[in-house]
Amino acid sequence: MKTIPIEVLRYRPEQDGEPWWQRFELPYTDDMSVLQGLLAIKDDFDGSLSFRWSCRMAICGSCGVMIDGKPRLGCKTFLRDYAPGGLRVEPLAHFPIERDLVVDIGDFIGKLQRILPYIVPKEPRTLEQGEYLQTPRELEFFEQYSSCINCLLCYSACPQYGLNDKFVGPAALSLLHRYNADSRDGARQERMQLVNAKEGVWTCTAVGYCSEVCPKGVDPANAVNQNKVASAKDYFLRFVAPKGADR
Amino acid sequence: MTPGPPRSHAPIFWGLFGAGGMLAALLGPMLVLITGVLVPLGLLLPPDFMDHPRMLAFAQNWLGKAFLFFVISLFAWHAAHRIFYSLHDVGVPAGRLARLLCYGSALAVTLVAAGSLLAVGS
Amino acid sequence: MRKPFVRPMTGWWRRDPYFVRYMWREATALAVAAYAVVLMVGVWRLAQGQAAFDGWLQALRSWPSIVLHLVLLAAMVLHAVSWFEIMPKTMPMLFLGGERVAAATITRAGLAAAAAAALALLAVAWMLRP
Repeated sequence: MKTIPIEVLRYRPEQDGEPWWQRFELPYTDDMSVLQGLLAIKDDFDGSLSFRWSCRMAICGSCGVMIDGKPRLGCKTFLRDYAPGGLRVEPLAHFPIERDLVVDIGDFIGKLQRILPYIVPKEPRTLEQGEYLQTPRELEFFEQYSSCINCLLCYSACPQYGLNDKFVGPAALSLLHRYNADSRDGARQERMQLVNAKEGVWTCTAVGYCSEVCPKGVDPANAVNQNKVASAKDYFLRFVAPKGADR
Repeated sequence: MTPGPPRSHAPIFWGLFGAGGMLAALLGPMLVLITGVLVPLGLLLPPDFMDHPRMLAFAQNWLGKAFLFFVISLFAWHAAHRIFYSLHDVGVPAGRLARLLCYGSALAVTLVAAGSLLAVGS
Repeated sequence: MRKPFVRPMTGWWRRDPYFVRYMWREATALAVAAYAVVLMVGVWRLAQGQAAFDGWLQALRSWPSIVLHLVLLAAMVLHAVSWFEIMPKTMPMLFLGGERVAAATITRAGLAAAAAAALALLAVAWMLRP
């Protein structure tokens, strides 16, 4: 069976002062993903290797890692594409390493909660009044931004988040935009407070790498940067438009 | 909901950055080519295209004044904003001094341009 | 026990060609700044009279100046191309005839406008020649 050299960044907080590379000659087949490679390492070589994973099909967002320096989903990247030279696997960039390939994502979870990630109905309806109706166009306006699987590849791609972790960041702002762009929602003014802050959209410098690495086509760069226009409108028109005015 | 974080004043500078960037994207290349290459070398356009009487007449005309003022000033504000953020990117602490130097330079260029364009009269 | 390890950001932009291209894009601001200063000095000299302005014109005819302006030209072109590449990201979803307008379409429209503006400027200069 053919093998591929794979180097994995290890870090055991209870015994390591800093991370170190561990190298394996991994037997592989052409259909194996990097995640399957990590599972094979854990099964056959070193059971102490720690990493997150779940669905194996690019929908849970758990298995994000850096592969040759690029943020990728382990389940969606294939060993055959790195043969015969091999590959290096590291934990997602811009996050503190907990252990091996597991990073501390608490900062992101907190941000997700702060953006009001739910519909606050513009015109509340009772059950008797029936469903909220939307045209296909109204759905299209926000649907792409609802595809986020919270895999955090975009945060690893974003140098501004790496330089300043107070930045709300691509995924959180994309989800914020998902709600602002939903015709049923009425909490835009509250969410704009986060958008208008220095660490809202204004830390973004439109590098655009977040959208390049997103495995779900969310286009976070678009979500963030179109809100620069919205924020600027809000800034200059706030004395003209009455408080709570939409758009 | 608890009061949110303070509002950033970035929109002002970002607006100037955007206007200057758009102007530079549309007019920058040809302006540089004409003023910096073609006219000095007498290519396509004669070398006296920018001689003093013609340029004075252009700057004394209010449209010419406006053109020169907006090109010079908006280019400067665009560059100042981008350079300020790039300092942060390359690890230079982007604090009050950096902000003052960057935007202050753009203001200085604006004022010198305005003063000069007013001084040439009409 | 927990002892999270934070990795340094030094040299981040050297780690990926995407970031290197981003830094080149940002660096075009130096050229835009330089050209603004060149023009500023020009109008300043204009205000100081014929002799001063002729000095500025003379400096523009020097080889260092011409080489500088060729570099500024390349930077301006890079600015224009990268500007319209990123511009679609600042725009909300656009629809034309029921279909979503792609980012690439917006970029191409912007570049076409830039080309048209450049030619228009050259045409105006040509018509105003002595």
